[in-house]
Amino acid sequence: MGGDSKYLGLWYVAPYVLGLLLFTGFPFVASFYLSFTDYDLLSSPEWVGTANYEKLFTRDRTFDKSLRVTLTYVFTTVPLKLVFALFIAVVLNYRLKGINFFRTAYYVPSILGGSIAIAVLWRYIFADTGLMNMIITMLGGEPINWFGDPDNALFTITLLRIWQFGSAMVIFLAALQSVDKSLYEAAAIDGAGPWQTFRNITLPLITPVIFFNLIMQTVQAFQEFNGPYIITEGGPLKSTYLLPLYIYDEAFKSFDMGYASAISWVLFAIIMVLTLIAFWSSKKWVYYAGDKRS
Amino acid sequence: MVALTDLPKPDQKTPPTALELKLRRKARINTAIRYSVLIVVGLIMVYPLVWMIGASFKTNAEMFSSPSFWPKEPTIQGFIDGWKTSTPYTFGHFFLNSLWIIIPKVIGTAISCTLVAYGFARFEFPGKKILFVTVIATLLLPNVVTRIPQYLLFRDIGWLDSFLPLWVPSALAGDAFFVFMVIQFLRAIPRDMEEAARVDGANTLQTLVYIVVPMLAPAIISVCLFQFMWTMNDFLGPLIYISSVEKYPVSLALKLSIDTTEAFAWNQILAMSVLTLLPSLTVFFLAQKYFIEGISTGGVKG
Repeated sequence: MGGDSKYLGLWYVAPYVLGLLLFTGFPFVASFYLSFTDYDLLSSPEWVGTANYEKLFTRDRTFDKSLRVTLTYVFTTVPLKLVFALFIAVVLNYRLKGINFFRTAYYVPSILGGSIAIAVLWRYIFADTGLMNMIITMLGGEPINWFGDPDNALFTITLLRIWQFGSAMVIFLAALQSVDKSLYEAAAIDGAGPWQTFRNITLPLITPVIFFNLIMQTVQAFQEFNGPYIITEGGPLKSTYLLPLYIYDEAFKSFDMGYASAISWVLFAIIMVLTLIAFWSSKKWVYYAGDKRS
Repeated sequence: MVALTDLPKPDQKTPPTALELKLRRKARINTAIRYSVLIVVGLIMVYPLVWMIGASFKTNAEMFSSPSFWPKEPTIQGFIDGWKTSTPYTFGHFFLNSLWIIIPKVIGTAISCTLVAYGFARFEFPGKKILFVTVIATLLLPNVVTRIPQYLLFRDIGWLDSFLPLWVPSALAGDAFFVFMVIQFLRAIPRDMEEAARVDGANTLQTLVYIVVPMLAPAIISVCLFQFMWTMNDFLGPLIYISSVEKYPVSLALKLSIDTTEAFAWNQILAMSVLTLLPSLTVFFLAQKYFIEGISTGGVKG
């Protein structure tokens, strides 16, 4: 706005700048520094060079296990959740009565799902004599050992996150509803079937939203903490011991701040690399309206 | 191939053609399939919650005997025993703690995000571009990298075991997502009214308070509601910063109840879980449209 000092806007963003420096910028740099130190909170941080990272990559079998569990978790949960969210959004995107009712019913778990109360519920549902096994027995099946068997435990946490597909679905649905209807009519006139229409018209047009959901869900999945902490407590045999749990234990139980910082930087690096790959590859598959390239 | 627009419309009272009948039947089958999928998935989605509410009125013995959600002999014993907790405090005490964390945090978030978004959306200033890039970067930055030094910082200034580490970062617009959401919303609002106010001699702050904030109300309400939910659900923050049981919010109190009640008091635990979900559920149903709008404009994690 003319006439005002050119610094006036800075006053409005000042709280953000202060917060950015204090609670993001400084901690970001500090944690990188700490990852090269040995720091137990009692004496001051002691520089150890790359020793933390060497230990992580050569001698730490817990890290090895935890990293593998984390990657398995992320690479199963995120695609399953997104495919399911998109599928339901497509089913909902039709002139149906009661669309708002279903949208709400599916969205409620996303609102509540992060809550400890839901994690507690999950822990009961999948208990030995819990709801899931009662249903299985009632249907004539054999009860499953959900938490005792390393092959099953991670699945219960994956299921909890898929159950919260609602927020991704609402974003997909908004995108689907903004697709120009005349494109569908044109496709119908040309004799395109439903699958062809979806594959060649709908899917390309909603790639920006797929990209957005993919990034957000991935970043979030790498930081999953509440689920494994409450439901499985990382077990059995560390089969649900995701990296955020390991970082928490190292930092706030063993008070090994330097080592915990090193693990968090490895986790950060993985997320960064994957995000950069996604951004870089998006030029090839994400369609932006008005973009002449595709 | 007949174009769809050439088909006779139903209200024209001409007898339907064979093709039209076929299309109608196809549409009916399509609708039926869609409804079946939606209802089956909907039941699976909602059943755990419905069952949880039913289970909180069951006796402990019944909980492990039938998958039905309906309690045979409804009892509120689970609520009575759960409310007492195994600590010197009642569950009500923990609810008040949660409230005492949430209210200042929500107010701080709303005020700071509005100010900051206004600065970004309506002013030019040196360094604006770089600062805006940091908003996006913070949005994607995993908290896990900054958590440890944040903890050390709060320890050094003596804020551990208080609510300050939970309040202050939010009061400084620390939740980049909300800043981004309000900026997006502001960009879609035309500036005419603000310019008129400025011509009439209002300064920028008056313009913000009297002109912009009323127009921004839906966005600000969305911010408050999401922050309410997320803070109610937040577990890791209190887990790291709050150490005395006296100051526990409900999320920590629930975790404590799993750790301390005798192995089989599940009805108490589920009863308290239901109570924990009640505020969020109520707020959600009262203000649904703000949630759906909020995530459709900004796109939300969850």
